[in-house]
Amino acid sequence: MATAAADNGASRTAAPAQNALSGRVVLSAADIDRALTRIAHEILEANKGPQDLVLLGIPRRGFPLAVRLARKLAAADPSIAAEQIVGQLDITMFRDDLSRQPTRPPSPTRLPAQGIDDKVVVLVDDVLYSGRTIRAALDALVDLGRPRIVRLAVLVDRGHRELPIRADHVGKNLPTSAAEKVRVRLAETDGPADASFLEDHVAIESPAGAETEERTR
Amino acid sequence: MTTPTNASGASASSSARYLLRGASLLGRERVDLLVEDGRIAQVGSIAGAPGATVVDAEGLVALPGLVDVHTHLREPGREDAETVETGSRAAALGGYTAVHAMANSSPVADTAGVVEQVHSLGRRAGWVDVRPVGAVTVGLAGEQLAEIGAMASSAAQVRMFSDDGMCVHDPVLMRRALEYVKAFDGVVAQHAQEPRLTAGAQMNEGVVSAVLGLPGWPAVAEESIIARDVLLAQHVGSRLHVCHVSTAGSVEIIRWAKSRGISVTAEVTPHHLWLTDELVRSYDPVYKVNPPLRTQEDVEALREALADGTIDVVGTDHAPHPSEHKECEWAQAAMGMTGLETALSVVQHTMVESGLMDWARVAEAMSVVPSKIGRVADQGRPLAEGEAANITLVDPSARWTVDPSRQATKGRNSPFVGRELPGRVVATFFRGHPTVLDGALNAPHPQAAPVVAQ
Amino acid sequence: MKHLLSTRDLTPGDAIGILDTAEEMAAVNDREVRKLPALRGRTVVNLFFEDSTRTRISFEAAAKRLSADVINFAAKGSSVSKGESLKDTAQTLEAIGADAVVIRHSAAGAPHRLAVTDWIQAAVVNAGDGTHEHPTQALLDAFTLRRHLARVAGTPSAGADLAGAHVVIVGDILHSRVARSNVWLLTTLGARVTLVAPPTLLPIGVEHWPCAVSYDLDAALDQAPDAVMMLRVQAERMNASYFPSTAEYSRLWGLGDERFDRFDTPAFKDTVILHPGPMVRGLEISSTAADSDRSQVLRQVANGVSVRMAVLYLLMSAKESAR
Repeated sequence: MATAAADNGASRTAAPAQNALSGRVVLSAADIDRALTRIAHEILEANKGPQDLVLLGIPRRGFPLAVRLARKLAAADPSIAAEQIVGQLDITMFRDDLSRQPTRPPSPTRLPAQGIDDKVVVLVDDVLYSGRTIRAALDALVDLGRPRIVRLAVLVDRGHRELPIRADHVGKNLPTSAAEKVRVRLAETDGPADASFLEDHVAIESPAGAETEERTR
Repeated sequence: MTTPTNASGASASSSARYLLRGASLLGRERVDLLVEDGRIAQVGSIAGAPGATVVDAEGLVALPGLVDVHTHLREPGREDAETVETGSRAAALGGYTAVHAMANSSPVADTAGVVEQVHSLGRRAGWVDVRPVGAVTVGLAGEQLAEIGAMASSAAQVRMFSDDGMCVHDPVLMRRALEYVKAFDGVVAQHAQEPRLTAGAQMNEGVVSAVLGLPGWPAVAEESIIARDVLLAQHVGSRLHVCHVSTAGSVEIIRWAKSRGISVTAEVTPHHLWLTDELVRSYDPVYKVNPPLRTQEDVEALREALADGTIDVVGTDHAPHPSEHKECEWAQAAMGMTGLETALSVVQHTMVESGLMDWARVAEAMSVVPSKIGRVADQGRPLAEGEAANITLVDPSARWTVDPSRQATKGRNSPFVGRELPGRVVATFFRGHPTVLDGALNAPHPQAAPVVAQ
Repeated sequence: MKHLLSTRDLTPGDAIGILDTAEEMAAVNDREVRKLPALRGRTVVNLFFEDSTRTRISFEAAAKRLSADVINFAAKGSSVSKGESLKDTAQTLEAIGADAVVIRHSAAGAPHRLAVTDWIQAAVVNAGDGTHEHPTQALLDAFTLRRHLARVAGTPSAGADLAGAHVVIVGDILHSRVARSNVWLLTTLGARVTLVAPPTLLPIGVEHWPCAVSYDLDAALDQAPDAVMMLRVQAERMNASYFPSTAEYSRLWGLGDERFDRFDTPAFKDTVILHPGPMVRGLEISSTAADSDRSQVLRQVANGVSVRMAVLYLLMSAKESAR
């Protein structure tokens, strides 16, 4: 890798790296909104109505998606009060790869007032990849209560599963190579922090630079 | 650098001749020195000396062989820390031709028997004059005078008496000791440390100890004893030597005492001329020493005092310890630092290169006055014809990095570990015999001459 | 952060990060299943050269709630009391496979030695070293105070510092590792600290510390601080002439009933009492004060577990990348 960079020269490697930051947009803001609308309807359909539904978002970007889904559910079914069915489930302490990641302080776990016992819990995350995050979420859930059913909704399924886990509701299936990165940007989480943020999107980054980064981890 | 004229050359007997060519005498004029039969036979421009081994001393400073007033050789009793053999090798490598071996061995050097043992071990080793220091009190316990007269008239001819490591804190006992040694032209070397003020003390008491939570060793514990002792010395008209002065306040008291004509001499260690208690923040026991490292203000005051003669001499307080006594918690660690092999370099760095002292003053502080204090015959003499050939050749332009594992001392506890120091001892001549040549140990003196007091 | 040796090393960001993490840990302690799998398979050694049941069980509870294996190594009665060196003990723990060593030692700097030497690779947590520091105690004090201030202000404690708060620390500052750790940490977090003690129990050099110093407890209380932290005073100090009698000490520097009466005035309505424990009732604090609703002592104990969970989690989850 180092040799390639040296051959290319600094000026030539700099330019593709710039492009890599923007990546290839695969879902626009409108696409994301449409996908969430569809998932909301699927959830209601699978549950045969709004009874006992609880949406738990996985930080960071699963939580705003869960909030958006809850609003769409409320729009579709007036008996639902969006803020009363949505919560956040932190899985940091349940990960199996803690030692391989930089230390991260845990995020709060907040459950709806009704709790999760005997509820239909829909876990919400942005990207489904190895499945390890969901495995951790299932463990975390067990320590909090005993839901009747647990389902999984994700905005993007990019494949490469390492565990026997699949999503019940998928916004978009994105075939990717392991070297690529899927980048989700949402107004709630990325708008305040990133001055260059324009609107919600999902992009794929696939330059050599990204590959290097993956391998050196 | 050295050109031996025969195969056995360097290690031959002291009757061999050496021509030291082009040395800078006390850092001044360039001369040749001819060494013959243990004496300096000729000084000046010497055309040739048949059969002499020529030592190229071009660019080297010639000093009288260094004399340490304060060395711990640990033998008898703690041969795992140091022996007379290893300690005097270290001394020779450091440019010394005489050391004063402190009395805190085991058994304590408080009888004629022990000082004679140390003395004869020194002669057998043959690297330097080993001058035993006798204890002031029996077992260093500070209760009863040791047999000072017996030690003084023994074969070891002891002239310096000290309970070093312990303070002779009882004022009556100190007065008696000062009076009594007068009968033998002796000197009491005091380890000035008020014991009650320093119970459990671990480091200098001040800004750093407050943060580190280590019990403090206040400057006043040293200064109050020195103040008392100079007044006692004045009262009884005796000689007092103050070991390892470490504070600016002590300097002021000694300066005052000297201005009143009191017969007091004072010593500073190389480490107190450089290091401060900031180093203790590491909690590395290599910096644990007694008296403790003080502040930068103290360091400045000590340098100034050594330069102006208020402090007379540099004493190493060479205190080797086995590594297990340093590889532990600070509070459990032994106090002390090695110093014989770094002293001259540290003095060059702190005093000569800073412009505070010239080499002539270095010779005063590290050879001439120490030998006067200890009454060492044939040491600390001018480098002149007819004098005993105790000569140290230093290359002031050399630079080296301290690696305790490569030193001759058994102690690995050098606080200068890893530091680059200036100045290298190239050769040490002990009574005409090169104990060190080309910066390496050569051979001990083949027939150590009798050591006599002046 | 590889080790926690001193609160002096902590930036405001580090400190707030630990306290915020402790908030999440506290939430776990409120749950039915008070256990997280985060440190499963990791080993925490409690290496206690000094008896301290309180601190040890707090660390033990913290480690166990994070699913770590815990080995308690009390130096008393072990090979250490037979003269084994700290180095050999440390190397033994390394060979056993300790991932973190929580060390309590009577010698100041002992944790520092473990951390900087090559005797052991584990993360080192200082659980109190001599009269040097006790960083987790200071963190739990800061955590307790931060929660209190947030409760009073009606704001969330997460993310907050202690700017504007005033803490009076009273007692044997000279011999107190708790005082040292608190002075550095509380001031790093923006609080103002006043130390109150008899002059004999203040270290030489205290004037260089980032805090005010007073010999007069009543004058310090006139400022109506947000918290008063009473330190334990050992009666043995009396025999070393630090003060003439325990009666005189309590009269001048104790939080007795009379002084505690001031807490009924409006200026003191939100003032709390902190104490690192164990308390010497009747000496530095009266039972009335100790058992009052102003006392945070039991909250401090509970918060201690959360803070220690946060510290162990942050140090041990960072371990691999630090190696």
